[in-house]
Amino acid sequence: MSIAPSLALGLPLGLGLAGAIAATMMKRGVAQAGAAVAALAFLLYLLAAPGVTETTDLRFGFWSVPSLGVVGGLRLDGLSLVFVLLITGIGALVLLYASRYLKGDTRLPRLVTLLLIFMVAMLGAVTADDVVTLFVFWELTSLASFFLVAYDHEKPGARKAALQALLVTGGGGLALLAGLILVAMAAGTTSLSGIIAAREAVLAHPAAIPAMLLVVLGCFTKSAQFPFQFWLPNAMAAPTPVSAYLHSATMVKLGIYLLARLNPVYQHEAFWQELLTTAGLLTTAVGAIYALRESDLKRVLAWTTVTALGSLTMLIGLAPALSATAAVTFLLVHALYKAALFLVAGIVDHETGTRDAAALGGLRRAMPLTALAAVLAALSMAGLPPFVGFVAKEIIYEAKLATGGAAGLFASIGFLVNAAMVAIAGLLSWRLFFGPLRPTPATPHDPPKSMLAGPILLAGLGLLAGAAPSLVGAWLVDGAVAAMLGAPAAVPLKLWHGFTPVLALSAATIALGLLLLLAWGRLMPRLRRASAFDRFDTARLYDRALAGLVAWAEGTTRLVQHGSLRGYMQVLLLVAALGPLAVLVARGGLDLPEAAPLDFRALAFLPIALGAIAAAVARGTLAAVMATGLVGFGTALVFLTFGAPDVALTQFTVEVLLIVILATVLIRLPVRARDVRTGRQRTVDAAVAGALGLSVALVLLAVLAAPFDPRLGEWFGAESVPGGHGRNVVNVILVDFRALDTLGEIAVLAIAAFSVIALLRASGRGARVGS
Amino acid sequence: MEIALPLAIGVLVAAAAYLLMARDLPRGLLGFVLLGTAANLTIFAAGRIGTMTPPLVAPGAQALEAGAANPLPQALVLTAIVIGFGLASFALVLLRRAHAEFGSVMSEDMQEAEPPLAAAPPAEPAPTPPPARPRPVPAPAALREVV
Amino acid sequence: MDASLILRVSAPLLLWVPAIVSLYLLIRGHNEPGGGFVGGLVASAGLVFFVISRGRQAALRVMRVPPAGWCGIGLLLAAGSGLLAWIDPAAGYLTHRWWFPDVGFKVPLGTALLFDVGVYLTVIGTITAMVFALVDED
Repeated sequence: MSIAPSLALGLPLGLGLAGAIAATMMKRGVAQAGAAVAALAFLLYLLAAPGVTETTDLRFGFWSVPSLGVVGGLRLDGLSLVFVLLITGIGALVLLYASRYLKGDTRLPRLVTLLLIFMVAMLGAVTADDVVTLFVFWELTSLASFFLVAYDHEKPGARKAALQALLVTGGGGLALLAGLILVAMAAGTTSLSGIIAAREAVLAHPAAIPAMLLVVLGCFTKSAQFPFQFWLPNAMAAPTPVSAYLHSATMVKLGIYLLARLNPVYQHEAFWQELLTTAGLLTTAVGAIYALRESDLKRVLAWTTVTALGSLTMLIGLAPALSATAAVTFLLVHALYKAALFLVAGIVDHETGTRDAAALGGLRRAMPLTALAAVLAALSMAGLPPFVGFVAKEIIYEAKLATGGAAGLFASIGFLVNAAMVAIAGLLSWRLFFGPLRPTPATPHDPPKSMLAGPILLAGLGLLAGAAPSLVGAWLVDGAVAAMLGAPAAVPLKLWHGFTPVLALSAATIALGLLLLLAWGRLMPRLRRASAFDRFDTARLYDRALAGLVAWAEGTTRLVQHGSLRGYMQVLLLVAALGPLAVLVARGGLDLPEAAPLDFRALAFLPIALGAIAAAVARGTLAAVMATGLVGFGTALVFLTFGAPDVALTQFTVEVLLIVILATVLIRLPVRARDVRTGRQRTVDAAVAGALGLSVALVLLAVLAAPFDPRLGEWFGAESVPGGHGRNVVNVILVDFRALDTLGEIAVLAIAAFSVIALLRASGRGARVGS
Repeated sequence: MEIALPLAIGVLVAAAAYLLMARDLPRGLLGFVLLGTAANLTIFAAGRIGTMTPPLVAPGAQALEAGAANPLPQALVLTAIVIGFGLASFALVLLRRAHAEFGSVMSEDMQEAEPPLAAAPPAEPAPTPPPARPRPVPAPAALREVV
Repeated sequence: MDASLILRVSAPLLLWVPAIVSLYLLIRGHNEPGGGFVGGLVASAGLVFFVISRGRQAALRVMRVPPAGWCGIGLLLAAGSGLLAWIDPAAGYLTHRWWFPDVGFKVPLGTALLFDVGVYLTVIGTITAMVFALVDED
């Protein structure tokens, strides 16, 4: 059976978007409808699966922007297939679960919309065959995550966690964008398959290492690798279905996806291998230790997710066929059991009213089906046969032991981390559901079927897959491994490897894990009290960086927005003074105009200069007003003597009006009679003012020294009578040639008048100018 | 003439700037008026000065005689004077309103939307006591609540 | 307003003389120094003295229409004078038209004069609005 690529690749995205939009308008059954959409998408991908093998893929919707050199589209290969099945399958179960978990919550439609948008974004990101599409969808998942973590936005903690997740993953996204652009430039194409084909060119590019580091940085922030791991446990502020879906099964694996996707390019680079294995190993250790310090079920699970993500990164870095097989197998296994455990934790929280592991116990009798799901998932997590978790763990141990020089280190850290995981698995199954029943805020009982379906189905799949590992291998793992390595190379999966050193290691892991479980009640509080872990927590770096940013913003704001009008004026005027001077100097200094000798008309300049100085130094306001008037009359005189009677008349009238109004108004204000600037302030201001005056004078001299083109004035002079029927050229320009400008200017006047009227009306005082 | 007028304008601009930086708004308003006058004179001068003949076509003639003043800057300056007066009046109304609202004509006393002056870099002793009205929280502090 | 007796008595004179002068300036503005801006300013000067000496209400009675109305009429007149340009469909907006009716001698009539009257009224409206606002509170 086969299905058209357009249906398999395009339809799920369209369905998801349509569902997201429809969800905003629905009142009832919105989560069930969302689940149906996800299930339909799952089915479509399942139908397409036979077309995807180690050597074949499906492609759809290829587009290109030749001017930008961008080509791209959607492509479904083995690696993408694993992801899309997880995204849609778990998505359907989570939405079904949410329909009960958040029953009666009026915000449910919003949650469903966001989850479906997120699903579309994830599907787009893992099926994109070009870095542009990939990046856009990648960022969309970060945004959706932000809104989902901040679901309880009334709580400051949720807001803080959402912002933290957004800043860390969004900041990484910026690095990723830069890295992808560099890689695409080196490869000469934005197509992912093209980049992989142009491997040599990508590696030979001068910026190959920075590009790789930037991409890896984006992946590490998204997949919560050390030192960015801190945002993931905090993101547990989101509702449990969101945590199960985004922050364990899908979104946090997007970084892993891209690392795996680009592995064919970098797999033989020693730097890539060392970077990924080191970061991965550190992350597993950090996750395991911090998981043992928590008793909140969701935070415990979050830290084990960090460990799992570290393992995946490390396995990609280990590179050979064996570890690639291990990575894909573990990816599948982890998604199944971790989503199941999250959903179980949500049920326990929902039914008992608490999710503090230390306060819970003996729930088996009250909620047997939940207990069953928890035990099945935990056995897979602990890596016990016949669960698929065992298959994964065996193959991981094998991969680690096959690394050569550092095998001992990898295996011993892996051993300790795995033991911790066994202990946590025990905590989540044995301690929670067996032993004496501890009292809880609410009376526990099994939840309705819609909430149980998810955990039981996911945990059961773990058992089935473990029983038939070769089937899973042929169907899903082999294709993904081929995509990761660039060629078919998968190692067959087996449940039973015989009595090997690896089996002994597994047994020892479980034994140590059980010991840790027994000691958990005493170990956990002690680890939690150990402040060294808090001191070296990289979250502190984040906090400090953010506080520094805010302090810097505050400092900058205070510096540039200090609130002193005088300061603002000083800066403005100084820039206005120095800018033109700089241009003048750059153009080669000053030319003086050819000056006509001074005659009696120059006397008209005197009132201007003297009045200006008098206005500046006047002690009282009224004296300053009078000096301003002197400047105005001097100006009118200048206009009159230099052949501008219209302007002179206007200036003269305006000056009379201005002085009358200013004197009338200012005399009534209880105005401080003196300039209140201190002596030092006056000196500074005088310097700034002097610089501006000098600058304007010099620039004007330079302007007057330049040759003058009189044609415009001559044209108006020649056309005034024939065209405008008026002998006063200035008036003809105003009312005829440039009448539209004049219309604009009187409109400005009218607007100023209306503003004054409105201002007085708004103030509610007696003034009613307009009425 | 072409050197004396720019120098006079320079003095005028300097005086206007000196008044604009004053801490009381009435002086700032006078600075605004003077700056407008200076701008008008600059436009007028940039159109070249020298002749005393106004740009009026003689009765019966068809075109402006050579040697008359350049009419274009005059048209520009004429409207600019009126608009400058309108804006100065508007500023005066605002000043009146501000005085009625704050009871002061000092710019330091009108800091509704500004951070406290105490943190301003030019730390000068403020002769006027700070007003009693509550200061708004500066934006970064609001951000701090979130992070 | 506590204006002096001299100012109060001379107020009508200070109002009407500038008003007549302003009309003269407005009419002759196309050919001699003058025009809408100067005319409006001179007329406003008379009104400003009147407001200061007799108060806002008295000035409003003389003006009949409040300042905002003067602004509006002026703007409409100026903007409307340009519409007549479309008697000739090819002409642009605000291309003024002229007629020269012969009543013994040729009287130049143009829409440019209409435009200048618009400017004149707007200037008067604006300045009186400002002055009303400024001398009101007493």
